[in-house]
Formats: sequence, structure tokens, C-alpha cells
Amino acid sequence: MGLVSRGAAEAGRGAASAVDRPGPPDAVPNPTPTPPAEGADPGSSRPGMVLKAFFPTCCASADSGLLVGRWVPEQSSAVVLAVVHFPFIPIQVKELLAQVQQASQVGVTVLGTWCHRRQEPEESLGHFLEGLGAIFSHRPWFQLCRERGSKSWSCKATHWQGPASPAASGEDQVMLIFYDQRKVLLSQLHPPTALPDRQAGDTTASAGGLAAVFDTVARSEALFQSDRFDEGPVRLSHWQSEGMEASILVELAKWAAGPVCLFLACLLSLISAASACRVFKLWPLSFIWSKLSTCEQLRHRLEQLTLIFSTRKAESPAQLMRKANMLVSVLLDVALGLMLLSWLHRKDLIGQLADALIPVADRVAEELQHLLQWLMGAPAGLKMNRALDQVLGRFFLYHIHLWISYIHLMSPFIERILWHVGLSACLGLTVALSILSDIIALLTFHIYCFYVYGARLYCLKIHGLSSLWRLFRGKKWNVLRQRVDSCSYDLDQLFIGTLLFTILVFLLPTTALYYLVFTLLRLLVVAVQGLIHLLVDLINSLPLYSLGLRLCRPYRLAAGVKFRVLEHETGRPLRLLMQINPLPYSRVVHTYRLPTCGCHPKHSWGSLCRKLFFGELIYPWRQRGNKQD
Amino acid sequence: MEDEQSFSDICGGRLALQRRFYSPSCLEFCLSCPRITLRSLTAVTCTVWLAAYGLFTLCENTMILSAAIFITLLGLLGYLHFVKIDHETLLIIDSLGIQMTSSYASGKESTTFIEMGQVNDVVINEAIYMKVIYYLCILLKDPVEPHGISQVVPLFQSAKPRLDCLIEVYRSCQDILAHQKATSTSP
Repeated sequence: MGLVSRGAAEAGRGAASAVDRPGPPDAVPNPTPTPPAEGADPGSSRPGMVLKAFFPTCCASADSGLLVGRWVPEQSSAVVLAVVHFPFIPIQVKELLAQVQQASQVGVTVLGTWCHRRQEPEESLGHFLEGLGAIFSHRPWFQLCRERGSKSWSCKATHWQGPASPAASGEDQVMLIFYDQRKVLLSQLHPPTALPDRQAGDTTASAGGLAAVFDTVARSEALFQSDRFDEGPVRLSHWQSEGMEASILVELAKWAAGPVCLFLACLLSLISAASACRVFKLWPLSFIWSKLSTCEQLRHRLEQLTLIFSTRKAESPAQLMRKANMLVSVLLDVALGLMLLSWLHRKDLIGQLADALIPVADRVAEELQHLLQWLMGAPAGLKMNRALDQVLGRFFLYHIHLWISYIHLMSPFIERILWHVGLSACLGLTVALSILSDIIALLTFHIYCFYVYGARLYCLKIHGLSSLWRLFRGKKWNVLRQRVDSCSYDLDQLFIGTLLFTILVFLLPTTALYYLVFTLLRLLVVAVQGLIHLLVDLINSLPLYSLGLRLCRPYRLAAGVKFRVLEHETGRPLRLLMQINPLPYSRVVHTYRLPTCGCHPKHSWGSLCRKLFFGELIYPWRQRGNKQD
Repeated sequence: MEDEQSFSDICGGRLALQRRFYSPSCLEFCLSCPRITLRSLTAVTCTVWLAAYGLFTLCENTMILSAAIFITLLGLLGYLHFVKIDHETLLIIDSLGIQMTSSYASGKESTTFIEMGQVNDVVINEAIYMKVIYYLCILLKDPVEPHGISQVVPLFQSAKPRLDCLIEVYRSCQDILAHQKATSTSP
């Protein structure tokens, strides 16, 4: 199969070059071979090399003219950007191209001729087109031709050798690749995720190929300013010739954006200056601010709003996307918050909530008292040490009593407070959820206190036990060497040590039980708070604008390209259609995710279990080095 | 130029390999996987509905039956759209690259395109999985090391053809790659 295909390849190649010259222009080279002035082909091309011509679909129905674009010698491909129509003056065309080259840093030149003709070949046009090859020297010189109303295309690319060898010009096969200019202009290519050991410099080198095509089209905005319907000296055909789309609302929004941004930026800077003033840095207030997650969320939102409304333009597309994502996230947040507010007010839930809060707090306290009574008796059939049990139980019961008194003191103000808190939902659903999390933390403050007491007691006991256990075996902890060494104790030391060890061992079950019960309660509260924080993080970090863009305009976020082979006849050049392959949703979320407050649990399950066993206090999330309830 | 041949996959199912020769530098292979059979579909539906009916007799709640119907429908739709691959296509274009397309039974297509500059070689690899199976894969170049290999991309993962089919595809790919290496301008 391999040998047969190679033979067929040779035959095919020979046939294509011999057949279908468009009319009179012959393979006879220009009698006065001009030495190539610019765009010289480096050395002679090898026979049988296939050149690629990227042709915009909008120009497929344009009238005859000159092809204008960029030649990329490394990939031997020509990117056609526009077609210049007859009549034109070559000097003006060269001027325009020089202007565009300066404005966009893209090497735009005349690449060849484009012939879109009716059935009868026109002799004069053919010779004229040949002559143009002499005026605009570019090697290789492309000649694309299409018959009006049919699907048959023909193209050839000719090289002129230098004056040293004025033999027959070499011809190369050309492969036509059609692309949608508008979509390629607007899309942004996302290369596959780089391996961690690659350096930044390598990606640009290996990106080549199609990234060069996208880059060329994106940077040649200056070429697309004028059109064939404009009155200028040069008439071009490109994607704008099919009709420019614009929207009055978008234009108005752009015009109004400037002053609005300025005003909001001033307002936000005032707010941030006010919040950074010295009063809030005093000790009790700063301590409270650092503990509440609401303040964290508000600060985060303030930062985001400052970034959105800053008067500096976004430098890169990634920054622009980030701004847009933040704006949509804030708007959605506020919309959800307002919905929540309207729902609360419609059913007068705030009043009901305020009325229900005190009884719920009472109920919780009552349940805790029952629990403690149970622990003071014979919980689960275990026999507790009577005296210690009574002491601990009474201690905690007194705390609960204090707590209930405080709640009852606060009860007249609860409804007012809740009403104001409900108002804060118009700042966003995330703020309302953070306040809910803080309210839960405040209401279960006594559980937190009990946990701390129980944990400290248990921790002390465990440390004492381990140290006395070492004494029991005749060993000691060497602090200098951080290891266990043997040690000879005196008799009275051994006696006291063993006695204390025995006492602690027999008191262990009681302490351990209290510790276990309060740790479980604390973990329950932490789990509820964790769920709320997870929801807040989700709303904060989801890139909704990018997802919406992927849904509605999938060509804007490109993971790559895909090709489709169009109708092919033997002897004609190969035609492909290049379409944009959109980014999958998972990569969109991964690439454009917004940074959150960064409060994630820092412990692994193993270290968590270890801490629980030894009675060390666990702080489930740390924010910027601060501990949080 | 188009021709079609019949092969079998590693489980014994029938595969059809369609080869389209557009030009000496452009070749397309289309491998069609065995279709979903009425027998398997009926078996799965009957199992699900019998289980639902069994639960219904225990719980006396008609929601279980409607839930079973929904689950069957959604499961079938999800299977056709996300899991069942109808045919896989390999398109090699000299000097552009290699493109792999998987078409699902619901019509969805997922495409990957690898540029020729990144392709080191196309090889047949061996894998030991209860028995020895062969698979065709593309070796990608390592940008840091000129002759190193950074990634291996396996082809025809759902069709899983046997060695005879792979040899056909391999020979044609090697022809085109050799032709491309001979005429490439960049070192």
C-alpha cells in the first residue's frame, strides 16, 4: 500500500502542475526577470513543497484584484488579509501598506493576484495580472483564480530564480485553507496547559504555526479601517465588507463608561480611606474585625469593585476577562441578595425570625443542660469519677446560665438588629451568608468556650500522663536533644510520680468523655459554617462571564482549530476549511477562576486526627495568619 | 479515492475502516465502531424496570415507577451523548498536522488537532492488559530536548482495532511523515 501510494503521489503532482492554466498566462517566465527586491525566498525551494494559503471566506466572492497579506517563511504559508480592487495606483497601495506596517508591526505586503471571472477567459486581464508580478516583487507570487458561480478554484505560486539562472521558474503546489476572518480576529487562542518544567521562552517558539495566523489577523486592525465602499484612493475587501455590526446601546455604554467609572472610583477610594483610618486599628475593634467573616467578604468585594471601576485600561485580554467576570459576579450577587430581601419582606420572615430566635436559643441551652445532667449521671453505662464529674458539670451549667441571661438581656433589640442585618442583603447574597455564618458563630459561642475548656483540660492531662509514664519507666524527655533519655530518679520522686500517674489515669475517662462530647458539638458547628463558606466561595470565584461567552460566542475562546476537507477534484488544489475548536467548559472554569479570600482548611485528615487525639485546639481555617472562631 | 475494509477489534466486534485519499499529502481514515444492539438495550431497560417494580412492591409508592422511567430515558440520552462513540476519524495533512475526531452517537463531535511541528513520530505500541494489545499512538516532541519525547497520544481508543488494521493505518501515516520530513524547510 505504501509503494502504491507513493507512485500515485508522483503522478498526482505531475498532473496538477501541467493542467489548468487560467487562460493565456503561460508557464513561460517573464522575459525580464527582475531580481526580487523584497520578500526574497531564502535559497531555492525544494521541488514538491506544498505552500499553504490562508484565504478569508469573505473574499471568496470579491471582484478581481491584488492579494494583500503576510508571508510566513518558516511555515511556508501566506495569510491573505484583504483584496485590493482595480483600479488602483501601485504607489498608493505601497504607501497604504507601509502605513499599516508601521501601525501594526505586521509585515503586510502584496502577495499575488486574485482573479474572479466569468466563463470566457479575458486575455488582457491575464497579461495584466502577469505584469503586476513585475511591479510588486514578492516571492513566491501567488495567482489564485476562481470561476464565477462554480466551485472550481485554481492556484499556483511561482518563483523567479535570480538573474544567474534564468531558467524556467519553479512552481509549487498550493493548499488553500479557508478561514472566517471575523471569528479569527475576535478569538483568543489558549495553548494547552504547559508542563511545569517548560520555560516561558519555549512556548513562543513552539507556538508557531496557527498561532502566527491568529496573531497576524488580530494585529492587522489598521488594515481593516477602510473599505471598498469608502472614497479613499485604495479600495479593499475584507470582513467588514459584509457589513459592520454595531449597537447603539454598546456605543452609548462606552461613551458613558468614562465619567461613571471616574465618579465610582472616587467614591470607592473615599470608602477605602475611611475604612483604613486609625480608629479602626485600635485593639478591641481590630480584633473583632479580624474575627468576623463578614468584614473579610466586604473587604474582598471592595477590592474587586475598585479593580473594576479603576480608570486604567486593561492591559491584556486576561485582565479584561477578569474585570468582566468580577463585574458579572458582583451584579449576580446583588441580584440574588435583592431577591432574598424581597422574599424575606414579603413573608415578614424577619419578624418571625426575631420572635423565634430567643426560644431557639433557650431550647439549645436546655438541650445542653440535659446533656450535662446526663454526663453527670452514668452516661452510656460508664462509671464516672463522682467528684470531678460534679465539678465539671456544675462549672459548665453555670456558664450556660450566664449565657441565657445575656440572651434575655439582648432580646428587646434582636428585631431591630435583624432588620438592619436583613438590609445588608442588598449588598449581596455573599454578605448575607457571611452574616449568617457570623450569627451562628456568635450564638454557639458557649459551645466554643466549652470546647476550649475541655480541650485544654484534656491536653494537660495527656501531657501529664505521658511525662509520668516516662517517669514510671525510668526515662526522661531531653529538651536539648529532643529525644527520650534514661534517667535515674530518687525514691521520693518515683513515689510521688507513680501516685500522680495513677490519679490521672483514673480521672482520664471522665475528662475524655467531656472532651469528646464538646469536640463533636464543635465539629458540627464548624461543618455548618464550612458549608456556608463553601457556598460563598463558589459565588465569589465562578467566572460567569467566561461561561456565558463560551455558551453564546464559542469562537471567542479557542482551544485550537479543526479542519474539514472540502469537495476535492483531482487536478485541483486541495481546499480545507479551518474552524475554531472552542475551549471545553472545565478548562474555561479552570483558566478564568477568580481568586477568593483564600480561606481553605490547611490540615490534612491525618494531622487533624492527630491534633484531636492529643487535645490540641483546631482552627479550621486561617485567614492571612489570623485565627478565626 | 475511497475504499473500505472490514476488520475486528480486540473484543471480537466488527469494525469498518474507510480510507479516503484526497491528495498525496492528505489522507483520512474513518473507523466505525460496532453499533449499540437492540438486545443489550432491551436487557438494560428490563433490568432497571424489574428492579423498580420490585421496589414498588415493597414501598407501594408510584413515584418509584415514574422515577425509573425518567432514569432510563435520561440514562439513555446521556449514554448516547457522552459515552457511545459512533466512529473515529484520523485526518493527516502533510505540513499542517494530524487531527483526531470522535463522533458520538448523538452527533456530537470532539476534535483534537496536533500541529506537525509538535509531532515526533507515529508508532504502534504494545500494552499488557490481561493479554497483549497493540495501539497506535503519536509521539510529541519535547521543546526542551530536540530528540526527546514529551507526551504519548493514543489513537482509536474507543474502536480498539487489532494489529492488522493498525498496520494499514501505520504504513500510510509513515509515508506521509516521511514525505513531510523530506520536504520540510525548517531544520
